[in-house]
Amino acid sequence: MPEITYREALNQALAEEMERDDSVFLLGEEVAEYDGAYKVSKGLLDQFGPQRVVDTPISELGFAGLGVGAAMTGLRPIVEFMTFNFSILALDQVINSAAKMYYMSGGQISLPMVFRGPTGAALQLSAQHSQACETWYVHAPGIKLVTPGTPADAKGLLKASIRDDDPVAFMEGELLYNLKGEVPDPEDGDFVIPLGKAEVKREGADVSIITHGKMVNLAMQVAGKLEKEDVDVEVLDLRTLRPLDVEAILATVRKTNRAVYLEEGWPYVGIGSQIVTTIQEEAFDYLDAPVLRVTQADVPMPYAKNLEKLAKPDADRVVAACNRVLYRD
Amino acid sequence: MPETETKKKAKDEEKANGDANGQGKEGSGEGLERFDREQLHHFMREMLLYRRFEEKAEEAYAIGKIGGFCHLHIGQEAVALGFIGPLRDEDYVITAYRDHTQALAKGLEPGPVMAELFGRDGGVSRGKGGSMHIFGVEQRFMGGHGIVGAQVPLAAGMGWSIKYREEDHVCVCFLGDAAVNQGAFHEAMNMSAVWELPVIYVVENNEYGMGTAIERVSAVPIVERGEGYGVPTHTVNGQDIIETWSFVEDLVQEVRDGAGPQYVEARTYRFKGHSMSDPVSGTYRSKDEVEEKKEKEDPITVLRERLFEAELMSQDELEALDEEVRKVADEAVEFAEDSPFPSDEELYTHVYAELNEHGRLFLDGRDR
Ligand SMILES: Cc1ncc(C[n+]2csc(CCOP(=O)(O)OP(=O)(O)O)c2C)c(N)n1
Ligand SMILES: [Mg+2]
Repeated sequence: MPEITYREALNQALAEEMERDDSVFLLGEEVAEYDGAYKVSKGLLDQFGPQRVVDTPISELGFAGLGVGAAMTGLRPIVEFMTFNFSILALDQVINSAAKMYYMSGGQISLPMVFRGPTGAALQLSAQHSQACETWYVHAPGIKLVTPGTPADAKGLLKASIRDDDPVAFMEGELLYNLKGEVPDPEDGDFVIPLGKAEVKREGADVSIITHGKMVNLAMQVAGKLEKEDVDVEVLDLRTLRPLDVEAILATVRKTNRAVYLEEGWPYVGIGSQIVTTIQEEAFDYLDAPVLRVTQADVPMPYAKNLEKLAKPDADRVVAACNRVLYRD
Repeated sequence: MPETETKKKAKDEEKANGDANGQGKEGSGEGLERFDREQLHHFMREMLLYRRFEEKAEEAYAIGKIGGFCHLHIGQEAVALGFIGPLRDEDYVITAYRDHTQALAKGLEPGPVMAELFGRDGGVSRGKGGSMHIFGVEQRFMGGHGIVGAQVPLAAGMGWSIKYREEDHVCVCFLGDAAVNQGAFHEAMNMSAVWELPVIYVVENNEYGMGTAIERVSAVPIVERGEGYGVPTHTVNGQDIIETWSFVEDLVQEVRDGAGPQYVEARTYRFKGHSMSDPVSGTYRSKDEVEEKKEKEDPITVLRERLFEAELMSQDELEALDEEVRKVADEAVEFAEDSPFPSDEELYTHVYAELNEHGRLFLDGRDR
């Protein structure tokens, strides 16, 4: 299998889906002439022209709404947010229009559209530019949420998201764009990963790290570390946060009887809160220890390098949480 | 100044000069008589200081002393000085993320501003904000803000406070040309007009929002984007400190006297990349364009030419000023270097102003 970057994987998915379906178009800030702020849409303007690859004004609320309107009338827009931090400005259209349209109209108007861009912290971008936005999006019924952590997942899941008939928020990782990984060759056929299917990224017997998005890579790193201490970690990557693969969560808990949820965002009503609830409601009898969470510190992201490092979840914290649920500390 | 008059003046000038930045004025002594020699030297010193300060920041960024996003104002110094210099200490200033020079202009010390860029405890925002979030409430510098357009309604709120307390202060709010495309800007303009708030909205038209030329995202010229609200609109050449300062000094007085909100387009140009991680030129603007602007419209050069021609400054005096501010910039870096990183406990300070007696504020289960 060819090795490509996460960025290239997304680019391939966009190009292939735009090629396949001419109702698909991309709009957002700097997506056309500048090739995207993170170069994800590189070359698409040349390939598909300015009608389908559209530079917008800095008007997040407006162009998110424009996307909704276009989807209401049969197009399949992909709205790129330069980062999801700026989508907070567009949340009214996401939550009050996109997520509810199908329901409010009694099933008359579905919204086949994608909101995509990077979520979470990069490096020293400070409080307003370093936020994991998953919770805001997953809270509202009517919208789906996808968070790929590897190049292959990025490609397969973006293609599925574009084909989905509901609004899908597709959250990438700013620090993942250069990550390399194996992705099936386009020559070998259409590579689509269905929404709602978690993946065991590493089989293990002793403890489960359940996670999503960029944090999958940290979980794998921790698993390698703990292997040296004879602890066998299973890593479950949820991949899609709504629909949520509850069966996969229960299966890993039944197998290892111990779990840690790892996420980039804040703890209060974070993604982990829901996962822990699901586990205790449906697999309580299988647990040998309380489920723990590793999250960002419960503070806005500081700028100073040393404080930022402290605020973010890191390998040491995940190792410590694993040790605690294993009663090794 | 009645709306139509100023607008007309700007348009006529544009026609006459055939150039957005009013090059027709080059070398003319017009307007200088308003200022004494000391003031004129002060203008030069300030703009040189901003330039040298940011050049130091650029160097520090290149060697990793400054991280994250760092947006330089180089090329736009006359806008910072011209709109802030004529203010009183009690007047408010608020801006976006391109905020270093405005902070200096409003009286923040170079050392603590540089320390903020370095993420140190001695930084104006205690290392928590960084380059985009310079705050100095004592100097009434109400911050650098990271979300495009978000500072505009905040400025209206400051205008509201001024009016509420029946003061004669003003608030100057800077925003980029691309920020007029945010709904927040238009909502704030309308509220400002309805409630006659003492706010001067300054659009720094540097012709681009990141890599997008403004004509590609605005169907009409920037000055017209402020129309339709009953707010007087104006245009100034933001590369000429004499013109800008004179204009602003008069305008501020009118606002103090009750003229209500104002919208000013300051024509300017950014000499560096959008941020330190973006290229200076590329597909969106040519190297030649940037070079030509730097040659003809550098605010420091424009002032130098005018002062030399009028024999109000000598080469030696200029060099002495430059030497002095280079030292200030060096000392700012030293101050930043010497300042410690914030201590670990600072992670949880300043999240809440009141740590209540009951209940838990932080839910991460970590030790503090
Ligand atoms: C709401 C929002 N959208 C996008 C961005 C990313 N961004 C930061 S600055 C910028 C361009 C702004 O240009 P302009 O307003 O002209 O100001 P300038 O940078 O030229 O000073 C963009 C797109 C942001 N910070 N906030
Ligand atoms: Mg601009």
